[in-house]
Amino acid sequence: MNVMALMKALPGSVAQGLIWGLLAIGVYITYKVLDYADLTVDGSLCTGGAVAVMMMLGGYNPYIALICAAVAGMLAGLVTGVFHVAFGIPAILSGILTQLGLYSVNMRIMGKSNQAISVDKYNLILSLRDIPKAVMVSAICCAVVIIILYWFFGTELGRGIRATGNNENMSRAQGINTKVMKVIGLMISNGLVGVAGALYAQYQGNADVNMGRGAIVIGLAAVIIGGVLFGKIFHNFAFRLVGVIFGAILYFVVITIVLQLGLETTDLKLVSALIVAAFLAVPYLKGQHFVKNGKKGGKANA
Amino acid sequence: MLELKEIYKTFNPNSPSEKKALNGLNLTLEQGDFVTIIGGNGAGKSTMLNAISGVWPIDSGEIIIDGVNVTKLPEHKRALYLGRVFQDPMTGTAADMEIEENLALAYRRGQSRGLRWGITQKERGEYKELLKTLDLGLETRLRAKVGLLSGGQRQALTLLMATLKKPKLLLLDEHTAALDPKTAAKVLELSDRIIAEHGLTALMVTHNMKDAIAHGNRLIMMSDGRIILDIKGEEKKKLTVEDLLQKFSAASGSEFVSDRALLG
Repeated sequence: MNVMALMKALPGSVAQGLIWGLLAIGVYITYKVLDYADLTVDGSLCTGGAVAVMMMLGGYNPYIALICAAVAGMLAGLVTGVFHVAFGIPAILSGILTQLGLYSVNMRIMGKSNQAISVDKYNLILSLRDIPKAVMVSAICCAVVIIILYWFFGTELGRGIRATGNNENMSRAQGINTKVMKVIGLMISNGLVGVAGALYAQYQGNADVNMGRGAIVIGLAAVIIGGVLFGKIFHNFAFRLVGVIFGAILYFVVITIVLQLGLETTDLKLVSALIVAAFLAVPYLKGQHFVKNGKKGGKANA
Repeated sequence: MLELKEIYKTFNPNSPSEKKALNGLNLTLEQGDFVTIIGGNGAGKSTMLNAISGVWPIDSGEIIIDGVNVTKLPEHKRALYLGRVFQDPMTGTAADMEIEENLALAYRRGQSRGLRWGITQKERGEYKELLKTLDLGLETRLRAKVGLLSGGQRQALTLLMATLKKPKLLLLDEHTAALDPKTAAKVLELSDRIIAEHGLTALMVTHNMKDAIAHGNRLIMMSDGRIILDIKGEEKKKLTVEDLLQKFSAASGSEFVSDRALLG
């Protein structure tokens, strides 16, 4: 392994980790808070990127483009939510349907499968040409998002969403409209994914219709790695989100190392899938072992 | 207070597993009635409570709570009128949320939930006082996750949550069945106390005939999705388990089948 090349590549992985960390926080909201496996992400990431890039190409201010990318992501989440709560389509399938439909939508937005945006001609928020700036900007974005979410999930509405993910029966018995809570959660989540898409498109200098392929797995990897490595230290909600960001950064560092070891970029999807499978399997296998040994302990509700 | 008129509910209609769960159920409760409900498995006891709560829509009939026709209201809107405690201690509380958060969720039952902070300092004081009355030491553990509590503690907390905002009707669905006898007795005693203190109207499903006789001012027995026996006032006070068994076979033309009801 070429250590020098690795050291040179690391700041870039940190920047990518921070950008994808926003997506991972979105995944955390659906997967962990709402207990909803939302696959919309794979489509809404590109939607965010496409909207941002096309708007900036059209001369709009990059921050306005960023906000519109967030709104576009939220709309994608709304569609998935309506599929699920209004039409009774199972959670995973609703996400898959939206994701599939978004492919066409994203093509319509961009007009072709790839739209480049040059940092030389346009005033981008960040770019891989200036990695220190990219790290700083994306770190600020993450911090702002975490602060807002920490506040939001402490409000009556936010606690209603958490309760819905935790125990739907109890939530309805306490007068919480669990359908609306799910839709709001999905919208916030995909709004964040849209922002991540907008930043990532600027970072790499283009929006591509395939940029979101497998994004959900990367998001899950970050959530799970963050949970396994920092779950014992971080109990506070805000710190858990910080853990997710660390998880995303670690993921990209690992990927960078794997690339340095000689794997092709096309091998990365397999590596990602295996990482997530391994991290998901560990708690399950541990649980099975525990049950076998713990049976004599009697019921937990004594 | 509560009127159930000609309620019918069939699960899995037109299929081999069709089950007529409620069969023209009629029931009227007066303000302050504390009714215990017994009946064999599949008699429709829990189904009746679920129909009142709006877990699913009924096929026909009307449900009126305190003069309001709630038949068409979704479950979360009916929650305004109802306090509910379930058989499974896991069902009534959010395990990953703190004790005070659970209480704060219950405190806002029937209110719109906006962007105000989800719990106030003033509430915390009230919760502490209320938890003290449970005598389970929970008043010092406001920030503990509910998942760490025992089944009995969770049921006591659920009971507190169900009555934090005084409900028009309290529904207790075998809420002590999953607890050990000592804890069950304690939770029952607590239920009695809270119902008496607030003068609540309550429905309590139980498998235990002795409990059904010892608690409440009225006892109903269900079979095949309707009420076959309704005992109140002086008659209820003098009731024994033997009486009840006799009345059951007279009313239904069969033996009472649940061993759990006799032995529990």
